[in-house]
Amino acid sequence: MEYSNRSTKLLIGLGVVLLLLLGRLFYVQILNQSYKTDADNNSMQRETIYPPRGAIYDRNGVLLVGNRICYDILVTPKQVQEFDTLALAQALDTTADFIRERMEYYHNYRSRIGWQTLTFLKQINSETYMKFAEQEYLFPGFKSQARGIREYPFNAGGNLLGYISEVNAEFLKDHPDYKPGDFYGRTGLEAAREEDLRGKTGWHIYLRDSRGRQKAPYRNGEFDVEAVPGKDITTTIDAYLQSYGQKLMNGKKGSLVAIDPKTGELLTIVSSPGIDVDVLADFGSHYNTLSKNKHKPLYNRAVSASYPPGSVFKMVNGLIGQQDGVLHPGMYYSCYGGYVYTSSGRKLGCHGHRTPLNLEDAIMMSCNGYFCHVMRTILENPKYESTEEAYNHWREMVCSFGFGGRLGSDFPSELSGNIPTSDFYNKRYHKGHWRFPTIVSLSIGQGEILTTPLQIANLAAIIANRGYYYIPHVVKASEGVPLDPKFTERHYTLVDSTYFPSVIRGMWKAVNQFDDGATANVAYVRGLNICGKTGTAQNPHGKDNSVFVCFAPKDDPQIAVAAYIENAGSGASWATPIASLLVEKYLRGEISPERKDLENRVLRTKLIRQ
Amino acid sequence: MTEETPLRSLGHTVDWRLVILYLLIMLFGWLNIYAAVQSMEPSGIFDLRYNCGKQALWIGGALLLAVLILFIIKPYFWESVCRPAYGVVLMLLVLVIFLSSNVKGSHSWFELGPVKFQPAELSKITTSLLLASVMSKPEFRMSGWKNILTAFLVIALPILAIIAESETGSALVYAGFVLVLYREGLSGWWLGLAGMFVLLFVLTLTTHWWVSLALVLVGAVVYAVYYLRRVQSQRLRRQILALIVLVAMAGSAMVFATDFIFHHALKDHQKGRIEVLLGLREDPQGLGYNVHQSLIAIGSGGMFGKGYLNGTQTTYGFVPEQSTDFIFCTVGEEWGFFGSLLVVVMYGLLIFWIVQDSERARSSFTRIYGYCVAACLFMHLFINIGMTIGLMPVIGIPLPLFSYGGSSLWSFTVLIFIFIALDRMEKKYF
Repeated sequence: MEYSNRSTKLLIGLGVVLLLLLGRLFYVQILNQSYKTDADNNSMQRETIYPPRGAIYDRNGVLLVGNRICYDILVTPKQVQEFDTLALAQALDTTADFIRERMEYYHNYRSRIGWQTLTFLKQINSETYMKFAEQEYLFPGFKSQARGIREYPFNAGGNLLGYISEVNAEFLKDHPDYKPGDFYGRTGLEAAREEDLRGKTGWHIYLRDSRGRQKAPYRNGEFDVEAVPGKDITTTIDAYLQSYGQKLMNGKKGSLVAIDPKTGELLTIVSSPGIDVDVLADFGSHYNTLSKNKHKPLYNRAVSASYPPGSVFKMVNGLIGQQDGVLHPGMYYSCYGGYVYTSSGRKLGCHGHRTPLNLEDAIMMSCNGYFCHVMRTILENPKYESTEEAYNHWREMVCSFGFGGRLGSDFPSELSGNIPTSDFYNKRYHKGHWRFPTIVSLSIGQGEILTTPLQIANLAAIIANRGYYYIPHVVKASEGVPLDPKFTERHYTLVDSTYFPSVIRGMWKAVNQFDDGATANVAYVRGLNICGKTGTAQNPHGKDNSVFVCFAPKDDPQIAVAAYIENAGSGASWATPIASLLVEKYLRGEISPERKDLENRVLRTKLIRQ
Repeated sequence: MTEETPLRSLGHTVDWRLVILYLLIMLFGWLNIYAAVQSMEPSGIFDLRYNCGKQALWIGGALLLAVLILFIIKPYFWESVCRPAYGVVLMLLVLVIFLSSNVKGSHSWFELGPVKFQPAELSKITTSLLLASVMSKPEFRMSGWKNILTAFLVIALPILAIIAESETGSALVYAGFVLVLYREGLSGWWLGLAGMFVLLFVLTLTTHWWVSLALVLVGAVVYAVYYLRRVQSQRLRRQILALIVLVAMAGSAMVFATDFIFHHALKDHQKGRIEVLLGLREDPQGLGYNVHQSLIAIGSGGMFGKGYLNGTQTTYGFVPEQSTDFIFCTVGEEWGFFGSLLVVVMYGLLIFWIVQDSERARSSFTRIYGYCVAACLFMHLFINIGMTIGLMPVIGIPLPLFSYGGSSLWSFTVLIFIFIALDRMEKKYF
């Protein structure tokens, strides 16, 4: 056979490989002693060390989320010897039936469980633990393991903080760096900052003798890994203000958002009805009730809900009109109970007020007719060839105020709201078949526009800053946790800052000018120079939504607030008092005596039934 | 036709050495499966709730299969059926990707009620048969691109399907077929190139890419100087020089490809296993856990082991997949180096005798098929035992005839007994 010499070569190769295997076996089994010592000690036991999860503080160092030690009881079924079931039940504050059931389970699955150590009871409190620890020696095979659980010393920001829960099989599939028994943040900051808060699980490996008793550390701890504690997070939230905001919003459905316009830091972010912090600690047992509640307390309205902004949007149109050169603050338009926008006499109604009005007064009195005129001049601007083109320009301007897209805050579950594109109208009315009258509602923030409460609060911050904003965020830089540079970057709107003063004067008058048809006098606080704008947004489900945005003080704004209360009627009825009380609390620290009645009314009234 | 041919007796035609080794390995495997199971759960060796009892059933089935192949099915049946069988099995290999349930990330198991089987096991048989059939054609020469390509294609199709099933480790077994091609005349350069690739891969990962690159270049220069001084003919010189430059270029390309393959083509767990093997990562509790525990178990066996059923490491259930992929741990711990030697020698003899019989065969089909069987056994042996003692990365393939598992036992039985039957035909009619 040709090539048959190759069979010899191949056989030599076979011999070499087999000798390699045998040589290695000889080394492992006879020459190297270390494997034997390992094996003489029989076996290793791994003890997991859970790191403390990072704490969460408010902007002034008030602890919002900390850790409390609790204990899990572990069991190694193979080591369990006969014991007094009743005694163990008593020591662990549980029933003998429970223990029997567990032991039967372990027995049925004994071959699968083998020498594994399993969790017997979770999160027993320290009193029970003490009782058990005294008698632990009576129950071989059982032991305790300490771990931290979340503790909430201050009732503020349940929805914001979010909750943690133990990893499940599905989560583990996608996250190989977690192990069964680990916890992870499910919602809110706990989820958004999981990487910082989590820390690193460590372990100690012990050797076990032939009777399963724990002995010395394996190889003097050479393979031990120490746990790394999670990093602490400092939020921008003012715990006291947040707590006050939650009280104000108690019994109302909606959101209350406060921003420091100078930094974009969120001072308060309330979604009501929300989750109380004492629910968070034991979230699992409350989840069903909460998820079935018709008011959806798990849903964070402040960043996820989309509403028409209503009249607070008029400021945006007033600013765009000025920038486009089609509106001058001194221009007067008359309004006789509304604005007629079709030849057949269809009318967008307005309330009774003096006429004609200029821009300032139109904002002060929230005149619908005036802003229909403004919107018409914007959309019928001769600079543009078609309504569509003018509309696209208008939309671009609106979006520069942070509408129509996610602001990009560091808070999870932020949604974008919606400013419809011209394509949307092309599809609905066909291209070229829609003009200003078709979309007249946009003039006053109704119709297809949808915004989140966060975006509206951001609008207040923009006006306070005269034309720019920082992306609203909830986490401050702290040790080991740097601030994303995008949060220190100014975002300018497409409207020059010179056009803002007239609008601001209108907002100031709305609050501070009396006996002239101003819409927001209820927000007046002596000396604070609050500037505000009410809104009454139509809600197809029941009463109108009550809206108010404001900032204060006028010339050196410290806080910008948006309140959005569902089905509460006109803006002045509930949103205005709530937002102004929050401003007063923040700037003054307390509510002035003449406003105590107002505060009481707000605190006591419940608009929804739980 | 049996009338005219002077028939030699059963005792003379069947290679009983192979049959006896087959039985010994299988029974020894069964005893060790029992030891592995028994340590967890005291039970009888025939207890059907556990792997040892079930293995008794598989062994019964395997013996039936052996008898069927040896005495009932005509040996030439295999060559006639190899093409459709190859096609059908290839189809199964592809189908299983879509129809199988996910077992630890791989899609290679068909599940029909309580019965599970892996078409990759069958494919070793059909690939061997088809390869033998293609290469035993009188006009086939292991030269000329068309022939080489055909042979490689026969091997490569199941490999691709198996890789698509995320069973990259199992696909490695097919690399053994290259040895068969080498026996049939494939240029030794191919083996050298493959060897060089493995060497460079390991070297690049353990040291630095420029070390490997330097090695390639220095090696090329040394080789060139060495050869060019010995060869006189100008034409030959030029050819050799061109070849060396080509190999150097290929080597450099491999060095740079390593990084890409390692970081992009391999999955994380495969990367991890290779890193642990090369000592780039110490992880005795994570990825290195299996190997570490397996080494402790085997290493603690010493010269003569702790005695049957007296293992402690395997007893405590520290070694994973004890009765299947890591069955060799039980041998190492309870039977010591002596037992390991016995197992390795048994496999060595089995392979050696199969090769010996193959070389004696007059039909090329029998010879090539025999080499395929030997190559499969060899790859499984080396990868599996190599894995338990930390010579190879953790690749989940069974120790042939030894590990628990019906589909593996049966397909190796069929694989080996087809050869014994073919070999018997040789002796019967020639």
